[in-house]
Amino acid sequence: MNNGPKPSRLSYLTSGIVKENPTLILMIGLCPTLATTVTARDGLGMALAASFVLVCSNVVVSAIRKIVPDSVRIPIFIIIISTFVTIIDYVMQAYQPDLYRVLGVFVPLIVVNCIILGRAEAFAYHHGIIDSFLDGLGKSIGFALVLFIMGTLREFFGSGTFFGKAVLPAAYRAQPMLFAIFPPGAFFLIGLLKALVNKTALGKRSQ
Amino acid sequence: MNSAKIFLAAFLVNNIILMRFIGLCPFFGVSTAVSTSIGMSAAVLFVMLLASWVSYVLYHALLLPLGLVFLRTAVFILVIAALVQFVEMFLKKYVKNLYSAMGIYLPLITTNCAILAVTFFNINYKFNLLQATLFALGTAAGFALAIILFAAIRERLEDAPISPAFKGYPIAFIGAALVSLAFMGFTALFGIS
Repeated sequence: MNNGPKPSRLSYLTSGIVKENPTLILMIGLCPTLATTVTARDGLGMALAASFVLVCSNVVVSAIRKIVPDSVRIPIFIIIISTFVTIIDYVMQAYQPDLYRVLGVFVPLIVVNCIILGRAEAFAYHHGIIDSFLDGLGKSIGFALVLFIMGTLREFFGSGTFFGKAVLPAAYRAQPMLFAIFPPGAFFLIGLLKALVNKTALGKRSQ
Repeated sequence: MNSAKIFLAAFLVNNIILMRFIGLCPFFGVSTAVSTSIGMSAAVLFVMLLASWVSYVLYHALLLPLGLVFLRTAVFILVIAALVQFVEMFLKKYVKNLYSAMGIYLPLITTNCAILAVTFFNINYKFNLLQATLFALGTAAGFALAIILFAAIRERLEDAPISPAFKGYPIAFIGAALVSLAFMGFTALFGIS
């Protein structure tokens, strides 16, 4: 059943970062990427919350994969995922109330994030615990990277700051390019990022 | 808050796709032709209304009195998944015409975050049943407006000469940015927050 060389453990970790980046290559999990990246801090906070859920659900799904009946696996995955979402929901409410207020409904909405259910179904259900952990971690890093880039760029142009610290002169910060932090700016920026990714991919293919 | 305001706010000002960024997967996934967008919109309207009602009753009659509010995420998503299955089976058996029109979109709706989001908004805004119904109607109408408008734009983009790097998703995103910019014009009217 095992055809070809077995992919190394490290490749499970690294493939999610660039080659199979969830947001920019597979184009899933777009809602939080656009909605919660007004500042770098919001983007990173959202990414950490989703990463926690993704890694934990991958590990648990992989741990119980041999006792889960095939026909009811999806509802079971959903219950596992929503358990971890509830945990992070309440933890953030208690310890990061400001961040929680900004992210709002997007924290409970992690439960329908296609990346998490997708990895449970496509990877964790067929692989061991350590492999699933590495896969979850890799996909999380890829997701966090895109959210961080989006958040940093939108905050830089939209308010002239980086993690709340002023980086552009006061004259710019008085009248920043508000387009970047409004919804249209998010669509525009991810369009440009995806075009950049396409251009790199096209360049590689023609060589 | 009066009823017309809730409907219009959900429809235009706080448009679920273009202003709140919820439900983007079907927005980009099925908006390649106007006909599929209409089918998807009808399915969303139907399920969104049912999900609002069921989640409202469950939340106020079961979770709140029993002190189980922390279970809402798990309960709502499971109820929506079961509801979609049930609706699909019911339509298949009794309403053949409707099933053939929107049947293929129904399974996709379980993972449509717009449905789950509306049930959460209904609770966060402390709506009563009538307000929740209007909010669901307005949101579904806003979803339909955005996705159908956008599908019409994408049909034209097919024939436009676009540089290879921008073909497909990038130009769709930039088109969405322009539609979203138009919707920002409504922001000053009124909104719910």
